[in-house]
Amino acid sequence: MPHELILLKNMSQPGYTGSLADYERAGGYQAIRKVLGKMPPGDVTDLVKRSGLRGRGGAGFPTGVKWSFIPKDHPGPRYLCCNADESEPGTFKDRQLMERDPHQMIEGMIIASYAIGVRIAYIYIRGEFVMGAKILERALAEAYKAGYLGENILGTGFAVDIYVHRGAGAYICGEETALLESLEGKRGLPRTKPPFPATNGLFNKPTVVNNVETLANLPYIVNRGVEWFMAIGNPPKSTGTRVFCLSGHIKRPGNYEVPMGITFREMIYDIAGGMRGDKPLKAFIPGGASASFFTSQHLDVKMDFESVAQAGSMLGSGGVTVMEEGTCMVWAAENLLHFFNHESCGKCTPCREGSSWLLQILRRIEHGKGKMEDLGTLARLCPNIAGRTVCAFGDAEIAPILSTLQYFRDEYETHVREQRCPFRRAPAPDLIAVGHG
Amino acid sequence: MLIEPYKDRIAEILGRYPEKRAALLPLLWLAQETQGYVSEEAMREIAGLLDLTPPQVFETVTFYSMYNLRPIGRFHIQVCRSLMCALVGAENLLSWIDAKLGLKTGGTTPDRMFSLHQVECLASCGTGPMMQINDEYYERLTQAKVNRILDDLRRDGKSDLASGPFMFPEPSNKSSESSCRTN
Ligand SMILES: Cc1cc2nc3c(=O)[nH]c(=O)nc-3n(C[C@H](O)[C@H](O)[C@H](O)COP(=O)(O)O)c2cc1C
Ligand code: SF4
Ligand code: FES
Repeated sequence: MPHELILLKNMSQPGYTGSLADYERAGGYQAIRKVLGKMPPGDVTDLVKRSGLRGRGGAGFPTGVKWSFIPKDHPGPRYLCCNADESEPGTFKDRQLMERDPHQMIEGMIIASYAIGVRIAYIYIRGEFVMGAKILERALAEAYKAGYLGENILGTGFAVDIYVHRGAGAYICGEETALLESLEGKRGLPRTKPPFPATNGLFNKPTVVNNVETLANLPYIVNRGVEWFMAIGNPPKSTGTRVFCLSGHIKRPGNYEVPMGITFREMIYDIAGGMRGDKPLKAFIPGGASASFFTSQHLDVKMDFESVAQAGSMLGSGGVTVMEEGTCMVWAAENLLHFFNHESCGKCTPCREGSSWLLQILRRIEHGKGKMEDLGTLARLCPNIAGRTVCAFGDAEIAPILSTLQYFRDEYETHVREQRCPFRRAPAPDLIAVGHG
Repeated sequence: MLIEPYKDRIAEILGRYPEKRAALLPLLWLAQETQGYVSEEAMREIAGLLDLTPPQVFETVTFYSMYNLRPIGRFHIQVCRSLMCALVGAENLLSWIDAKLGLKTGGTTPDRMFSLHQVECLASCGTGPMMQINDEYYERLTQAKVNRILDDLRRDGKSDLASGPFMFPEPSNKSSESSCRTN
């Protein structure tokens, strides 16, 4: 059954360029007319709260609730940061949302700024997105010219400036407090919480960090109302659509916007065309590299926050990666641990040292030098990392290991028993461990 | 040498932030844009501009993988090695580049045209295998495409196989109300 597109609707129209004129023709910048000077800011926060909108950046925190943590009586400046760092392996939706329909997100930022009382907002975009940064700069210039940004917007007296701030290659800067450190011109090391950004954020001022996709939803919630939004998805906990990013051994990879609550089976087989070469599915990651692996037995799990969590993983960033029969799970875990080891910021010992140990053990097993006791070491090491670190990266890095050990323990054992990877005929032509920088 | 010709841009950058230090990453980008890498001299100048010590600038620079502290090849090839690209043949991509240029990870061609590194996920996991060369993304690569891109770059300094504003799958041009269910 086809369903309505929201965030990808404009860009799916033939000839839509994402220019201001195109966005306005599609009904853009009407939502700020309904909000600025017309609704008290607190009502806007309330509207977002009632819509049930939850963050699309990974943690799924209710957006309106997050905004309401900003102290009402705080005199000084407050800040909004759009998290456009998109670096979670398997995730590539924010890039599309920014490059093909930048004004949608900018309008969302204006609405959020008004609700929170923000005068200066930043878009923290990952350094590699050079094209995205240029497109945003151009879109911001258009919005300034049209009077949607800067002083006295639409004659309402409300003012906000938005600046693009480029990162420079560090996954951890997607973590919201690392993002703030990085924006302040420092090394991107996550901060210990509390205090939370809502009270002590950017430049030590009250700050909200929201993901690109979260912000892009705002104009539609304003325009079409809470009831409409609440009816999409799997309410009350998972309202609205998600843009899921399909990758791996799939026939039609790419970004697909669907209401939350359809099953992974529908997504993988009906929408994305099924498995490449029609091989059986062996495993899939349901929500980016930080999410625990699922297997074919999880295909009927619903794609919403609660259902995926109940089944033992997380919807995370929306990156769904499918792997066909014949894919080595030890190899997959090793690849991901290479990522985590490379990207650990090094602030906490369990994460910094642990990720390196985990990688070395996995590499040993994959390359035919593993010992049976390595499996016990992995299982013992992981829980000593999770929950003992400054940021959630520590929980993320063990997810691929614990879940593959849980569902594919026999595969680990075969590697050790046969002293080789049973899936490779020739020695693995490695994607080697030489990082850059 | 950095400050003089860019006075206006520097002032504009500083104007975006209530605290000077926040301008550090943008100024480092400016330095790299103009010199191809971040020189020691540039770091000193930036430190002066932001009331920081040169070591404060240096320790920050080294946290971020995209700043080059040395000049590198004219075209910096970065191949994504993360899982989603590895599943669809990132290894092949490395061997195609090697076959064409005799270039391995970490190396630079003798004419200093191309440098090659492996990097982690670049957010084009649905269009792998992929690589970034300088500012451009190249996606859904095949050996023939790689050969053409490298020839284009060597000859013209650019290639029209670079990705445009990203959308994948491209819209079907039929109906906007339905997502891409075709079967
Ligand atoms: C290690 C790590 C990396 C993260 N990377 C991103 C990211 O690239 N983009 C993003 O939006 N959120 C990322 N997050 C989540 C942010 O910390 C934060 O929760 C989010 O930006 C809040 O926005 P939202 O409430 O709109 O989702 C990351 C979190 C962690 C722990
Ligand atoms: S858990 Fe890892 S990434 Fe997070 S702060 Fe600690 S060392 Fe850094
Ligand atoms: S895994 Fe290669 S771009 Fe994401």
